[in-house]
Amino acid sequence: MKLLTHNLLSSHVRGVGPRGFPLRLQATEVRINPVEFNPEFVARMIPKVEWAALLEAADTLHLVEVPKEPIEGYEHDEKFLKKMHHVLLEVDVLEGTLQCPESGRLFPISRGIPNMLLSDEETET
Amino acid sequence: MALSCSRNRYLLLMAQEHLEFRLPEIKSLLSLFGGQFTSNQEIYGKSPFWILSIPSEDIARNLMKRTVCAKSIFELWGHGKSPEELYSSLKNYPVEKMVPFLHSDSTYKIKIHTFNKTLTQEEKVKRIDALEFLPFEGKVNLKKPQHIFSILEDYGLDPNCIPESPHNIYFGRWIADGQRELIESYSVKKRHFIGNTSMDAGLSFIMANHGKVKENDIVFDPFVGTGGLLIASAHFGAYVCGTDIDYNTVHGLGKASRKNQKWRGPDENIRANLRQYGLEKYYLDVLVSDASKPSWRKGTYFDAIITDPPYGIRESTRRTGSQKEIPKGIEKCPESHVPVSLSYHLSDMFFDLLNFAAETLVLGGRLVYWLPVYTPEYTEEMVPWHPCLQLISNCEQKLSSHTSRRLITMEKVKTFENRDQYSHLLSDHFLPYQGHNSFREKYFSGVTKRIAKEEKCSQE
Repeated sequence: MKLLTHNLLSSHVRGVGPRGFPLRLQATEVRINPVEFNPEFVARMIPKVEWAALLEAADTLHLVEVPKEPIEGYEHDEKFLKKMHHVLLEVDVLEGTLQCPESGRLFPISRGIPNMLLSDEETET
Repeated sequence: MALSCSRNRYLLLMAQEHLEFRLPEIKSLLSLFGGQFTSNQEIYGKSPFWILSIPSEDIARNLMKRTVCAKSIFELWGHGKSPEELYSSLKNYPVEKMVPFLHSDSTYKIKIHTFNKTLTQEEKVKRIDALEFLPFEGKVNLKKPQHIFSILEDYGLDPNCIPESPHNIYFGRWIADGQRELIESYSVKKRHFIGNTSMDAGLSFIMANHGKVKENDIVFDPFVGTGGLLIASAHFGAYVCGTDIDYNTVHGLGKASRKNQKWRGPDENIRANLRQYGLEKYYLDVLVSDASKPSWRKGTYFDAIITDPPYGIRESTRRTGSQKEIPKGIEKCPESHVPVSLSYHLSDMFFDLLNFAAETLVLGGRLVYWLPVYTPEYTEEMVPWHPCLQLISNCEQKLSSHTSRRLITMEKVKTFENRDQYSHLLSDHFLPYQGHNSFREKYFSGVTKRIAKEEKCSQE
């Protein structure tokens, strides 16, 4: 699971609503996966990112060189975009868990794939 | 408006496959590249010859870099219902537009294609020679010419009734071919990881084109299965992600769908499929998730949602169920211990899908999905509706004598506000739609078998 995806995921446990974001990340196996750098794509993603959640996740994974916020003119700042590219797309959590911050419910990540399934009782109607 | 002037007119030679899907594909692609579909000609029929006005050659070339429905495009210099009409039409084409390609320093060749008829070599040469009146000054080069010109003769569509003279003759400068070769290179036969219902390659590219997928888009498939639909979008430069309720499929485990193969191998998963085609960099993520209970935070992330939801025939329609309802035969997902119920009413599924699309698509983004239909009862009103989504196209593909599926394309035209979730309940559209729930029963029921038997008897 990439950090870009983690940044978009939220718990849908019943009653939790927007407090289900961000999911608390805990990783037991992480892999760095080189991905071809595409500045246009990274620039498109910047406005979608929730920075506090990204920084929290990056911190849990002990990542360094993570920009604290988007800088003015980021679309043309290759250094900034390269750092963001690495954080969002090249860090892959293979094994771990995502935890709903409100209910404590755990969603497992195995082989890089999060499992978000909840039973009827657990989800919002 | 210069619609009828001879400038910027192009001839598209269409493939004679997926007939209904062609026009929406071309329209979608033209609008993607800043053109707009304009044509004086009635082209909704079965003809493979379409004459369009396109603002520039660049747009025409971009169109051909994407289309799998069109074989080739030509800059149209003349056409007519007879050789005389063709020659007269060519004489009316502005010479200054011809000259750049007939230059004495250039090389060229003239080809002739006939449709629904075979000509002898002698007949072909005669027709090419008849064009001597055109100001060709360049040298003929049959191997590697700079410019290729084509005569196209249309002898109709009926192989049992071939006319003496063609219905139409066209002459134009060849510009580019379409992407039909993708159908072979991405064929499901060669793909590493397939499922019971993996989409035919041609249709998956058509879907990406209906969806106006472009470079650097994010494309999502909520019923991703083996990821076949994602491949087409990735090929066009979009970054892809998907979810599926089936743990085994997402992880690439379990029984194989290939004949003669029992279990899936280690290289069979969605990521591996993308890797097979050199598209791994476009892989974002896949998740095990219930499409009816999405886990995305509030916002608009997807440029396109392209999907083939289960119809309940060869893959079951499911959503997560309750701990209370664990009758026999229910599947349990071992890793998550969540019961997966076997019933999910189709109409609910489409309602959820449309709502999800309305909420998570960017404005102007498209939803492209298949709607299974029991043909004897189908009416246009049954197509699911949503106040935020505008219907763009609805194309039928027959599956059997009484069933078909329709490729529905919708575009988000209005921002989603919470209350939209309920407005469909008040709509009359909701009621006729109930028929879709029983699609599965109708497909399997004795009704269709009985009808088939009756038809057979009446033919004997």
